[in-house]
Amino acid sequence: GGGAVKTRKPDNTAFKQQRLPAWQPILTAGTVLPAFFIIGLIFIPIGIGIFVTSNNIREYEIDYTGIEPSSPCNKCLNVSWDSTPPCTCTINFTLEHSFESNVFMYYGLSNFYQNHRRYVKSRDDSQLNGDNSSLLNPSKECEPYRTNEDKPIAPCGAIANSMFNDTLELYHVENDTRTAITLIKKGIAWWTDKNVKFRNPTGDGNNLTALFQGTTKPVNWPKPVYMLDSEPDNNGFINEDFIVWMRTAALPTFRKLYRLIERKSNLQPTLQAGKYSLDITYNYPVHSFDGRKRMILSTISWMGGKNPFLGIAYITVGSICFFLGVVLLIIHHKYGNRNTSADIPN
Amino acid sequence: MSISKQCYEAWTELKTSSNSIKTSKYNFFTFLPLNLFEQFQRIANAYFLFLLILQLIPQISSLPWFTTVVPLVLVLAVSGVKDAIDDFVRFVSLVSVCVQADLLLLSSSEPHSLVYIETAELDGETNLKVKQALTVTAELGEDLQKLTDFNGEVKCEAPNNKLDNFTGTLALRGEKYALDNEKMLLRGCTIRNTEWCFGLVIYAGPDTKLMQNSGRTTFKRTSIDRLMNVLVLMIFAFLALMCLILAIGNGIWESDKGYNFQVYLPWAEDVTSAPLSAFLMFWSYVIILNTVVPISLYVSVEIIRLGNSFYIDWDRKMYYPLNDTPAQARTTTLNEELGQIKYIFSDKTGTLTQNIMCFNKCSINGKSYGDVYDQSGQRIEINENTEKVDFSYNQLADPKFAFYDHSLVEAVKLNDVPTHRFFRLLSLCHTVMPEEKKEGNLVYQAQSPDEGALVTAARNFGFVFRARTPETITVVEMGETKIYKLLAILDFNNVRKRMSVIVRSPEGDLTLYCKGADTILYELLHSSCESLKEETTEHLNEFAGEGLRTLVVAYKNLDEEYFQDWIKRHHEASTALEGREDKLSEIYEEIEKDLMLLGATAIEDKLQDGVPQTIETLAKASIKIWVLTGDKQETAMNIGYSCNLLYDDMADVFVIEGSTSEDVLNELRNARKKMKPDSFLDSDEINIQIEKSSKNPKLLPDEQANGVYGLVINGHSLAYALEGNLELELVRTACMCKVVICCRVTPLQKAQVVELVKKYKKAVTLAIGDGANDVSMIKTAHIGVGISGQEGMQAVLSSDFSFAQFRYLQRLLLVHGRWSYIRMCKFLKYFFYKNFAFTLVHFWYGFFSGFSAQTVYDQWFITLYNLAYTSLPVLGMSLFDQDVDDRWSLLFPQLYVPGQENLYFNKTVFIKCMLQGIYSSLILFFIPYGAMYNTMRSDGKAIADYQSFALMAQTCLLIVVSVQIGLDTSYWTVVNQFFIWGSLSVYFAITFTMYSDGMYLILPASFPFVGTARNTLSQPNVWLAIFLSIALCVLPVVGFRFLKALLRPTASDKVRRNFSNARPHRCKRLRRTSTRRSGYAFSHQHGFGALIMSGRNMRPKSPFATTGTFSPNSDKYKHKGL
Repeated sequence: GGGAVKTRKPDNTAFKQQRLPAWQPILTAGTVLPAFFIIGLIFIPIGIGIFVTSNNIREYEIDYTGIEPSSPCNKCLNVSWDSTPPCTCTINFTLEHSFESNVFMYYGLSNFYQNHRRYVKSRDDSQLNGDNSSLLNPSKECEPYRTNEDKPIAPCGAIANSMFNDTLELYHVENDTRTAITLIKKGIAWWTDKNVKFRNPTGDGNNLTALFQGTTKPVNWPKPVYMLDSEPDNNGFINEDFIVWMRTAALPTFRKLYRLIERKSNLQPTLQAGKYSLDITYNYPVHSFDGRKRMILSTISWMGGKNPFLGIAYITVGSICFFLGVVLLIIHHKYGNRNTSADIPN
Repeated sequence: MSISKQCYEAWTELKTSSNSIKTSKYNFFTFLPLNLFEQFQRIANAYFLFLLILQLIPQISSLPWFTTVVPLVLVLAVSGVKDAIDDFVRFVSLVSVCVQADLLLLSSSEPHSLVYIETAELDGETNLKVKQALTVTAELGEDLQKLTDFNGEVKCEAPNNKLDNFTGTLALRGEKYALDNEKMLLRGCTIRNTEWCFGLVIYAGPDTKLMQNSGRTTFKRTSIDRLMNVLVLMIFAFLALMCLILAIGNGIWESDKGYNFQVYLPWAEDVTSAPLSAFLMFWSYVIILNTVVPISLYVSVEIIRLGNSFYIDWDRKMYYPLNDTPAQARTTTLNEELGQIKYIFSDKTGTLTQNIMCFNKCSINGKSYGDVYDQSGQRIEINENTEKVDFSYNQLADPKFAFYDHSLVEAVKLNDVPTHRFFRLLSLCHTVMPEEKKEGNLVYQAQSPDEGALVTAARNFGFVFRARTPETITVVEMGETKIYKLLAILDFNNVRKRMSVIVRSPEGDLTLYCKGADTILYELLHSSCESLKEETTEHLNEFAGEGLRTLVVAYKNLDEEYFQDWIKRHHEASTALEGREDKLSEIYEEIEKDLMLLGATAIEDKLQDGVPQTIETLAKASIKIWVLTGDKQETAMNIGYSCNLLYDDMADVFVIEGSTSEDVLNELRNARKKMKPDSFLDSDEINIQIEKSSKNPKLLPDEQANGVYGLVINGHSLAYALEGNLELELVRTACMCKVVICCRVTPLQKAQVVELVKKYKKAVTLAIGDGANDVSMIKTAHIGVGISGQEGMQAVLSSDFSFAQFRYLQRLLLVHGRWSYIRMCKFLKYFFYKNFAFTLVHFWYGFFSGFSAQTVYDQWFITLYNLAYTSLPVLGMSLFDQDVDDRWSLLFPQLYVPGQENLYFNKTVFIKCMLQGIYSSLILFFIPYGAMYNTMRSDGKAIADYQSFALMAQTCLLIVVSVQIGLDTSYWTVVNQFFIWGSLSVYFAITFTMYSDGMYLILPASFPFVGTARNTLSQPNVWLAIFLSIALCVLPVVGFRFLKALLRPTASDKVRRNFSNARPHRCKRLRRTSTRRSGYAFSHQHGFGALIMSGRNMRPKSPFATTGTFSPNSDKYKHKGL
């Protein structure tokens, strides 16, 4: 028979005959032991590097919740959203070391569950993106902060409603004179959030008041969204404080960037060591649920803020790796030859 | 031909009557509702439907509905299509098979309405049997008119499974005639040597005796399936426990913190209390955590099995070119079970043997023939290339006959007297019936295939048995036609183990020719043969050592006077009314003495190719082989020896042949006492176990005998042994033996034996057979294998796997089975691991998110994780992985043992996977947690937002599970590389796409993660955390595996380490030493001697019988099949 005769003989392809060429790695002493040593040798220096970097970062933190009776903010502890005039307090503190590079000012909240499922979904991204129909008819997810007095809330939802609204001002105190430190409020949000994700409603003209016509402010807010800031490019949905707040935190203890303090000249540190005072307009109640509020000043490095965890973890894991490498080497030396001989009974 | 006409008529009749058989489940309209209903009866599917309903409840829904709907619809569609195809195939295959039936024989072409049949398909017996019609029906002949007008009434018993029994009556023209099994042609038998016959359908379709014997078709599931069900239940329990913990956590949290946090996050509208919230949260967590048992598990398992089945279909090394038959995986759901076989139940005829007898060697007058030597005097192994002896000088020679030793032909041609006498004996002393439809085209119908082989040998060497009448035998001796007067046939029976004929040659010489078992015949020889006897014995031992079956042949010249006297007494004896048998054998014995030894013959019951090697390999893989055959004991044992199942080095071979319950019990107990005396002590754990659970049978652990034993058990003894109180004894004794041979068993008994082992042993069984009589055991065993390419298709049709040669079994088990098993185990291990690692992160996050059923990952990631990101790499591994390649698997059969012991995937392994998954999930949650806690991005912005955390955790997870699959993959083909790297790339591609500005602007609500990928994956912190997670998740595994391979290496580890670069080569040859076994083992019953002498089976004279001319052979003879 020639090739024309059709047989049922299977094709002789490497795939069908399971003979595909393949790389068959085996865990041998020659690969495993060096891997452990090399990983150890890489991880330890990285860890040390991170650790040192992290330690060089200046960070200063004040809890201004006012739990302790001695705290200046204790009087504001039971403040409510609509208290007028707002409760204010001032906390004095001393920086032992100067902050050389740009300084970032954060507010931090603890025991605040921004990651609660119902909280996380309680927003309408279409509305925040400037969609006009969603503006007037927000998503059901926003309940119970969807409408107020039959008017749609803009921005709707629990996240927006609970926006952090303390005002923090920093003063350098020198010889009893308080010099206000310039706090920059723009550039604290992600570029994508500011330019893509959040947009004001569109319509005739740029008058935000007109564009938000027909909506009402979130219940807790003292003023509507179009009055968050005087600057038009930082007002409405694209107000950066608002954007920062809307990027919900993953954990119940979190920090959010509040203001930037830029280094003015190369000759002077951004914040020199010395006395400072922090003026707080205490609007945001957290005491009812055991929340805490903090103000943090920090410099940053190539790898971000202060974080001792990664450095220590790298050093530990690297050391363990190295140690395991040694242990495995000893075991291999002792027992390795016993089993390598071809003693397969046949 | 008329049989098929009959069949057709019966079929049309059945079609027209209301008696039609319904075989398909669905029709076009009922398919969708019925199939969906059936599918939702499967627990898994129902569970996912339930989940879907949960997700539609807004208070509970923690994930959008599409995360469940997309996979569920996919699964239902795939299974539905598969069901539809299966149903269609079943319908087509049943329609295409003609209605086959048990027939009452009415008339046939042969004299006295005899029909010769072979029943190998039915009971495995290879000899020819005779059936005879009633005289009243025989008159019908082939007159179609008469047959159509035939009007009688048959009353018979209800359909049953007794193959050897039938009772009924035929009422015809007022007369009643008894019907018995002698008049029945059962479905499955093959008609031989009969031109035509007519029959009446008695039982058709499922009522036939054969189908009654074939047992029920049951849906087979693998042990992994069952284990998976248990595990899934365990996982559900675990899931419920986790959800309960989280629900309680939620209750506490809501009453403690959530209640106060209502200033910023009020409770949902209808949730009024913490317990209610906890209750709802329980279900929310069920939805989130259900991914521990994703629906894709079931689909993936099916795909893997299907893929591995295709490999079986595609394997060229299991393709048999002679009948163009590739191996076939007919059931695609049992593959991994092939890697766990512990017991093989094999049929004999057609499976182990070819049912072809070959005249292989002989010893004539002290000279041995049959071996081939080269010039230096070395024996050469005979193979296809060895030069055959040319028989073309003899025009009546059978072209299929092959012989390699030229010296024997030479001896014949040189007119060597003993050689001529030897072949003359073979051409005269037998009960074979010749058939010569065309001149020169001789076909022999032998009662036993051995006899046929001997007569064929004589025919080829120039002593052609041409024709016979009751009184004469016509032989063409070296071209010269001679007619011998047949004076007596001293027939075979089981006691005599020999047969003789007494003939008078044309020259007038009176001779007795005798052939028989050596043990018997040696006693009857003349004292002058002593030295020849010694030489012949030596040859006999040699033949036996090669697994050949031997017969000794002898002759005796008779004295005329004495013979006349003897024949008179013989006549008296044969007409005696009382004790005829005894008298006859007495008279036979009297004349069969002082015989002159001629030599010996050696017949090879041709095994299928490679059977002994296969059995040896399988035995090394600690697979126990049981041969279940309808053949008689001697035959079965013979084959046992020749295919290396039994061997003389065995400590003992027990034979159980008791005919009462007590005898059988005693024999079994004695055997066990010898193998393991301890097993009778009261302290023996099995005894204790039996004592405890006397009522409900439990699985018995394996017992170790003190040596290698074999057990042979007879069908009638087996019947007792299978009864209630003895079956435990049987299974204990038999399972201790390395080899068990059951002979003369009915098809149903075959199934019962398999059932017995299944019941008492935690072992996977495989049954292999070729005939209809094997159907029941093929269906009963966990795996049924059919030998295809033979006449009947019954076995193949009911089998799970089929191929053409027994020897492919080792490849099916040791290569495909082993790989399938390892792949499936690796798949399950990895699959459970990856889903535990994936899902449990949610559990840990619950403690930090107010137990609010907040997911860690983006919902898209949850939808795609099992579907797109991790499915292909693990599928790639499950379709391509090989720890060692096929050559090593075959060379080291002990690599198969872990599968039998269920070592690669069991509950312990599962717990380990689970623990590893839990460990990984801890790492995958807490490393990102630590890396993000109270820290900032490198541009000073906060890093610890939910979306960044989600992205970080899911990226860590995906890279870790990808590295893990890389670690599990031991055979990296291009496809694996492509799948693993591809899946990772696809993950990043999809992530960047879904988190892009464009997608967000199109659907802001569905893609809220805009910008997260860019902003987060550019952070050094994130990558440091990812590398740390990988190191922490993977290094312990690497270290553990390295240590395990170092300190407790498995056989596979050793092979891989020591031989990974070597090329295996086989250089072994099997040597057998064995006791001699007589060729007469193959005759089951009385010979046909009486039939021949009476002339009942003779046709009117054969037209060619008396002519001395040869005519060239032409057409091949074709058998008619029923």
